[in-house]
Amino acid sequence: MTILLSLQGVSKRFGGLQALSNVTFDLPQGQILGLIGPNGAGKTTLFNVINGVYRPENGRIVFRDKDVTGFKPYQLAKMGMARTHQIVRPLNELSVRENIMVGACFGHENQNLSNAAKIANEVLEFVGLGVRADQLAGSLNVAQKKRLEMARALAAHPYLLLLDEVLAGLNHSEIDNMIQTVLKIREQGITIIMIEHVMKAMMNISDRIVVLDYGQQIAEGNPEAITNDPKVIEAYLGDPRLAERLLEEA
Amino acid sequence: MKTWQRYSGIILPILAVAALAIWPTITGKAVNRESVFTILKAVALASSLNILLGYTGYVSFGHIVFYGFGGYVGLYLLTEQQWTLWNAILAGGFASGVLAFLLGTAILRLRGAYFALATIGINEAMKAFINNFELFGGPTGITLNFSVYKPYGGAAQALQTSFYIAAGLALLAILLSHFVRTSKFGLGLLAIRENEDAAEVMGVYAPKAKTWAYVLSAIIPGMVGVLFFFKNGNVEPHDAFPLHASIELLVMVMLGGQGTVLGPILGAFAYQGMRGFLVTSDFFKDIQLSVSGALLLIIVLFIPAGAIGWLRHQLPTLRRVLA
Amino acid sequence: MQQINLLLTSLPDGILLGFVYGLAAMGLTLIWGVMNVINLSHGPIIALGMFGTFYLFTRIGLNPYAGLILVAIVGLLLGILIYAVAVHRVINAPHLSSLLATFSVNMIIIGLGTAAFTTSPYNVDFAAGGFKLGSITLLGTRLIAALVAMLFTGGLYLFLFRTRPGKYIRAVANNRAAAELMGIPSTRILALSFGLGTMLAAVSGALIATFFPFSILAGGSYELKSFVIGVLGGLGNPIGALFGGLVLGMLEGIIPAFMESSWVPVIEFGLFVIILLVRPSGLFGAKQQ
Repeated sequence: MTILLSLQGVSKRFGGLQALSNVTFDLPQGQILGLIGPNGAGKTTLFNVINGVYRPENGRIVFRDKDVTGFKPYQLAKMGMARTHQIVRPLNELSVRENIMVGACFGHENQNLSNAAKIANEVLEFVGLGVRADQLAGSLNVAQKKRLEMARALAAHPYLLLLDEVLAGLNHSEIDNMIQTVLKIREQGITIIMIEHVMKAMMNISDRIVVLDYGQQIAEGNPEAITNDPKVIEAYLGDPRLAERLLEEA
Repeated sequence: MKTWQRYSGIILPILAVAALAIWPTITGKAVNRESVFTILKAVALASSLNILLGYTGYVSFGHIVFYGFGGYVGLYLLTEQQWTLWNAILAGGFASGVLAFLLGTAILRLRGAYFALATIGINEAMKAFINNFELFGGPTGITLNFSVYKPYGGAAQALQTSFYIAAGLALLAILLSHFVRTSKFGLGLLAIRENEDAAEVMGVYAPKAKTWAYVLSAIIPGMVGVLFFFKNGNVEPHDAFPLHASIELLVMVMLGGQGTVLGPILGAFAYQGMRGFLVTSDFFKDIQLSVSGALLLIIVLFIPAGAIGWLRHQLPTLRRVLA
Repeated sequence: MQQINLLLTSLPDGILLGFVYGLAAMGLTLIWGVMNVINLSHGPIIALGMFGTFYLFTRIGLNPYAGLILVAIVGLLLGILIYAVAVHRVINAPHLSSLLATFSVNMIIIGLGTAAFTTSPYNVDFAAGGFKLGSITLLGTRLIAALVAMLFTGGLYLFLFRTRPGKYIRAVANNRAAAELMGIPSTRILALSFGLGTMLAAVSGALIATFFPFSILAGGSYELKSFVIGVLGGLGNPIGALFGGLVLGMLEGIIPAFMESSWVPVIEFGLFVIILLVRPSGLFGAKQQ
């Protein structure tokens, strides 16, 4: 079991706010890791640190056996890391296909334009945006933009994929579809970290879960262990006795 | 993609420049040649600026500094060091490229309005510096001795030659613009323009890409500067770095449509044509700047994508041709 | 020894001029701070202030300092007009749009001004005597101008911090959306802010007219100085602008004692670019984005 990504004692502060303290975990290749926690817990900040947008004050990040602490986002992309954003960032004036080609051209495979176009077509089918290939990205609705965001990341054929709330705003059947998509991505051999609030989904597809609260790692383990962890329950519900009562009534 | 489809975006621009270049030869009038010369100069400058502004999304208000600096370097080599015109032009372009490389490394870190202000500051600093620089003639500048025109068949013939070189530079500019636009490098620039942070996350090495865009956008203006000062016979600091001209370049790019190959050509043609009309008309002569200003305001308020940009939005099928 | 003499004459003059530079820059930086727009018509408006004083002085014989009030009012109204016509539509568009919109106003004013006034120099022949301080003579016009600048600065401060419209302006500058949600009429406040900015520009022009001859193009160099000062003092920080103006004025006073005065622009703009690179928030801290 090779460890694809390893975080060791990662901390990040913004002025007076300690956004992350001492986050530590290993991510084996091929695993789906769920990252949960209340709003403001630092989940997206952690993604930003892993992805190179922020540099941690303390700690180390090891990706594919290389110490990448402090590496810039484009360096990590060239090593095979890709991510989606919670608030989508389409390249508005470019077509959907061109958006995806950027992912293929500048990812670790460094494709030329014509190969990138072929890869883009494949990925377009995979995420179901085939008919919209020539539309301007800015004209898509939010759900389609989220799929575009994912397609861009997939086109780079990454080793590690960071998904930031891909289920937000989707209805039940859309969520089920997306879960199937994520599982198919894992089947292609891509390791995934997912930030999510939709608990049903998380519990279903995560192999392991890390829980953040106020920047600290309060729990780590498989889904069952997490659901029964009193610290987690308190962080989400605020009152452990309330949790007991709810469990009794259920 | 089939070959003709791939190159369709370059056909219209080449035809446009060719038509411009041929027209004075057909009419045979020197005054037409001179007005087309101005247009060709504008096409070359605007297309080059477009690489930075239209493709990469960085607004330079002081782009004329490369025209002035390269022009000064080339003219100095021409007069003081007896270089040939061709070599001087190449040297001017090279000098501007180097300047852009050094500056870019420093100021491309700035975003938006801060970058624009920095480019203004650089233009003014360069103008003031050259004003003090004795090697380049200080405030009086450099004046060409008429004997310099002898190898080119005398002054009158030199004007004709200059015209052809201008056409060549304009053609070079649009070819460069096209090749950048349709290359992988260009795709990276467009990504930077749309969302620089997202582009970096996807692997675009933004600092290097921006610097090279800056360099590419500076070379041809440097060459044009040498040519223009050669034709003019002299150069002085305030002629070489006119801030107003710099902003007029912006107007041309925006008018025609930034981010396209055809746009700057159309914009240069329309703007210069309008200026020419205003300057010769008795009524508008004094207020031509006001009319240009009003036009710019209307464009900015109502058609921000420029003429070609607007057309591309309305007619998606023509997008590949109106590249 | 000769240098110290030069210094003693040019430095105080530079400092006094610096007050007026600071006033001009305050106009620019106020607009930037409130609505993130760099007013590229700043220069021509300064020039209009100069012409305003000129005509009031030569046609009506109105003392330039009394005429200031009128110039200020016209400057305010002009700014509101410019905001309504050119800026409002592009207030939320990318920076380039507002830069070009204000620049087009610049072109319009210069074009009309050139047609109306030509580019030959005009002069306001007003002398206010001088004060001797040891071996230094301070010109009356400079002293009064510096006083006026300080008055306006104080007035601006009082307006922003002690009146309700001023509070609204600060709210909109801080967070426009939130201010709107609390019922502040943001469009009117933005127009007012723009008008205040142009008013300061016009007033500084009126003061400069008592120093030097001018033309419609004279505003350009003061606009450039305002950029430099704005960045020095921190864009969006009016008090910083005043201090930045003093710094620039001092530099202009000191440099000619040590080298040719033609080097002054090189140093000014070199400093400008360096500050943009090294400390873009200015020496005194810019408004937080």
